[in-house]
Amino acid sequence: MYEIIVVGGGHAGCEAAHAAAVKGHKTLLVTSNIKNIADMPCNPHIGGSAKGIVVREIDALGGVMGKVADKTHLQIKMLNSAKGPAVQSLRAQGDKIAYPKEMLNELNSLENLEIREAMVEDLIVEDNKVKGIILEDGEKIESQAVILTTGTYLKADILVGNTRTRQGPHGEKPSNHLSDKLKEYGFTIKRLKTGTPQRIDRNSIDFSKTKVEPGDDKYLTFSFDLEPQYKIEDQIPCHLTYTTEETHRIIRENLNKSSMYGALDDIEGIGPRYCPSIEDKVVRFSDKERHQLFIEPESRYYDDMYLQGFSTSMPPEVQEQMVHSLPGFENAKILKYGYAIEYDAIYPTQLKNSLETKVLENLFTAGQINGTSGYEEAACQGLMAGINASLKLEGREPLVLKRNEAYIGVLIDDLITKGIRDPYRLLTSRAEFRLLLRSDNADQRLRRYGYDVGLISNEQLERLNTKEREIQELLEWTRNQKLKVTKEVEEEFVKRNYQVPAATLTYEQLLKRPEITIEFLEQFEKFPYSDEIKEQVEIYLKYEGYIAKSYKEAEKLLKLEKKQIPADIDYDKVSNIASEARQKLKEVRPTTIAQAIRISGVNPSDISILSVYLKREYGKDE
Amino acid sequence: MNDTICAIATSQGVGAIAIIRVSGEESISIVNKIFKGKDLEQVATHTINYGHIVNDNNEVIDEVLVSVMKAPRTFTAEDTVEINTHGGIAPTNKVLELLLESGCRMAEPGEFTKRAFLNGRIDLLEAEAVMDMINAKTDVQRKMAANQIGGKTSSLINELRDDMVQIISNINVNIDYPEYDDVDIITNDVLVPKITKLKDKILKILKESENGKMIKEGIKTSIIGRPNVGKSSLLNNLLEEDKAIVTDIAGTTRDIVEGQIRINGIVLNMIDTAGIRETEDKIEAIGVEKSKKIMEESDLILFMLNNNEPLTDDIKELFTKLENKKYLVLINKNDLETVLNREELDIDKDKIIDLSILENKGIDELKNKIVEMFHMDEIETKDPTYLSNARSISILRNCLKRVEDVESALENNMPIDMIELDIKNIWEELGTINGSSYEDELLDEMFSRFCLGK
Repeated sequence: MYEIIVVGGGHAGCEAAHAAAVKGHKTLLVTSNIKNIADMPCNPHIGGSAKGIVVREIDALGGVMGKVADKTHLQIKMLNSAKGPAVQSLRAQGDKIAYPKEMLNELNSLENLEIREAMVEDLIVEDNKVKGIILEDGEKIESQAVILTTGTYLKADILVGNTRTRQGPHGEKPSNHLSDKLKEYGFTIKRLKTGTPQRIDRNSIDFSKTKVEPGDDKYLTFSFDLEPQYKIEDQIPCHLTYTTEETHRIIRENLNKSSMYGALDDIEGIGPRYCPSIEDKVVRFSDKERHQLFIEPESRYYDDMYLQGFSTSMPPEVQEQMVHSLPGFENAKILKYGYAIEYDAIYPTQLKNSLETKVLENLFTAGQINGTSGYEEAACQGLMAGINASLKLEGREPLVLKRNEAYIGVLIDDLITKGIRDPYRLLTSRAEFRLLLRSDNADQRLRRYGYDVGLISNEQLERLNTKEREIQELLEWTRNQKLKVTKEVEEEFVKRNYQVPAATLTYEQLLKRPEITIEFLEQFEKFPYSDEIKEQVEIYLKYEGYIAKSYKEAEKLLKLEKKQIPADIDYDKVSNIASEARQKLKEVRPTTIAQAIRISGVNPSDISILSVYLKREYGKDE
Repeated sequence: MNDTICAIATSQGVGAIAIIRVSGEESISIVNKIFKGKDLEQVATHTINYGHIVNDNNEVIDEVLVSVMKAPRTFTAEDTVEINTHGGIAPTNKVLELLLESGCRMAEPGEFTKRAFLNGRIDLLEAEAVMDMINAKTDVQRKMAANQIGGKTSSLINELRDDMVQIISNINVNIDYPEYDDVDIITNDVLVPKITKLKDKILKILKESENGKMIKEGIKTSIIGRPNVGKSSLLNNLLEEDKAIVTDIAGTTRDIVEGQIRINGIVLNMIDTAGIRETEDKIEAIGVEKSKKIMEESDLILFMLNNNEPLTDDIKELFTKLENKKYLVLINKNDLETVLNREELDIDKDKIIDLSILENKGIDELKNKIVEMFHMDEIETKDPTYLSNARSISILRNCLKRVEDVESALENNMPIDMIELDIKNIWEELGTINGSSYEDELLDEMFSRFCLGK
């Protein structure tokens, strides 16, 4: 008898199992293949715009992805470093051998966690409650809660040209019955698809015809607790190349051979809007002369290079032609062909904001099974499912992050409120409070939650307290300390074309000017405290007005979040609501007015009617 | 789900016909109960049916035409029946009573429009326009409301938002796909002309909306002058010409309106200056303070002087308040001996009109001048498509202010992603004018316009 069983060993499963075990629950992780724990079957990077912030959030809450990435990456950089602090995000090139190995080490070190290789085909269900899992051979394993993190393995089909093969990304056996069983239990299943490009032998590429994309020359970490684990000069570069007219001609002439363009007539899955195949790009953007491709190393330990931007479901012989038409790839050796994969997912409006399903009690789902794509999106859901399954066993309220608190909150709220039509990817544009959800302040936003649920230690919390105290102290210092405008100072300002301060100004006043940085001022006087603290003070002073505006907006939201909708509300009794809105409200069953507003198809007029109804029927509004 | 409502849709009083509108799920069956003629439950939708309204005792109340319109192609998007009765008060009320007895509920003011809005038949702007249409007094007002109902005004706002969504989505792509070098990079320099263009468009709509407001609410006009200068005569003269719209009821504003004059289809609401009635012997009787207050509130000031009187200090004082106001100076009693020294009038000579109300001289010139001042001739010929209600105009004004904030942020070299926050807020706020808005719009735009992905 286990307390929690996690089904699936991908990024969601690892975080879920880790969180449950660290919180002291007897946990079993069941995977079809231990070798595939924390596998990266698609692109080799971790982080990226918005996603990098999620990795920071995972770390702030006590998850493992950031630490494992820090210990194993090939290179790391800060994206958008020329833009404002709100959109800066880390992106690391992972190592497909080292990352899974390190993750497995991490999991093996947990005394409450057991890992087992097996195929799960059903759940033990009594009175709409999950009581454990049933393996392929009929063996039953009992538990108090089950977390499904099956990724793309539900009825997975690999599509290449005109062939459809039932198998997972590495040719392994998928789960054939679990999604049928879920349907029987009452879940709505949705078919999705995604694709992946070719892997090319590093030694067969002429890199002189490509552009080098190195890592940053500044030390960076995802984790708030780790010192950098790499040397700047040891980072491995990525490269950049472009498609040619010839590439486009080959694609256009062979379009009918692509699985997605008619070679297979039974495609149901909906592919991600933001990850079109190269066929899609050439067709939809026919006026573009070339498309950008990134050549990314997959590992220090083997020669595969990932050709990002070239995802395709053309048959192998066409892929050969396509690849050879790229500059630097004339003699390239394809180690693995690109393919598309179709799989089953559950429709995420069937989830509560804790990621427990509404259909079966004590069943949680996380990751691609919920219709998302991306390692980071999967990992953060796994973490939240692991935390909330544990909290449920402990008889505690679930941890639900709000949209103004974390990208994780934005993601889960989007899933359960809006549902999905194609695989969901996080984007900064999905967050209305992105100025509050920065990479630099993830610890200040979330560490205390991590501490409260038991994933963050006293020592880690103390570090945060010190940091916050120092920020206040430095702010105070800038308010009192003044820059004496000497001749030398004046010259420096003039040299940079900055307006020379008329009289003695405080550093606070000076730093409010967009062009003046702490780095610039430090040539006149050294600021106390570390770079990390200085960065926080600078952001605070420079963007104070914008940040204040965001907080004000967030307060409006919070007010609406406080307007609860009783779980037992009967929407048929609310007269005058438009019928589309009524149907959507019944499906999503929002818990607050704020959530109801975000449902597409529910209009402001429906909201006012609903508010009036609540006030009348339940006698409370605020 | 909705109960069935009814109301007399035409204005109360004696007219040639009156229309009673019934809307809701049971509208057809309820009217059928009191109708003698064809079986209304069997007739095709959008037909007009002749017959009689009868009471329980089969007594004929009125001879009527009944229009049967089934959902959803009706104003409220519900089943709707309209009964055309002979317009007498008694029969119309009797039919209404019968409907109420048969299961209808009396509609609240604006409830038909509210239902149309709630049923998704019209957007917020259109709902407001319907109310305007009902209250329209002139042709221009009617035309303007009609354009708004047709969604023309909405498309004006949508056009603005479309411009913005392109800017926003491009910046978002820059943020979310920073490594793509084949996407246009929006920099502050690229943005400045786009924002200027946006500002100009908003300014233009605002300016035209001022006209819209004028059409809808009329021009508040006051006649200022010393006692016996002929204010009342002028007012009566102007009213004389258009007795049809002389009313004694309080106007659309808080002011007491003495009467309404229509020039080129635009209503001039004459503010009552009776409050400044004066005792005959006292010079200060002009009521300087009271006059100032009225002038302050007026859109148009008609300042009257007598040709046979000298310029007094109180008049000179009031003249200083004419600055920044639209005004005309009318010099009356030109049939009498000239005492007034026009050189003392420190105003544009263009603004002076010579009158002789007694001889009915100068009245046409006055009217022409007003038409010219308010560009009324242009308004009438143009398609009146602009925001005409205070809510929309105030939102748009707010947006203009925020656009100006964006301009100064650009000047200060704020990072582009910060500026995007402001632009997105403006975009959202504009959406509240016609009740559109949504996040997904932005994402769709992003993925349809830019080529990205693995």
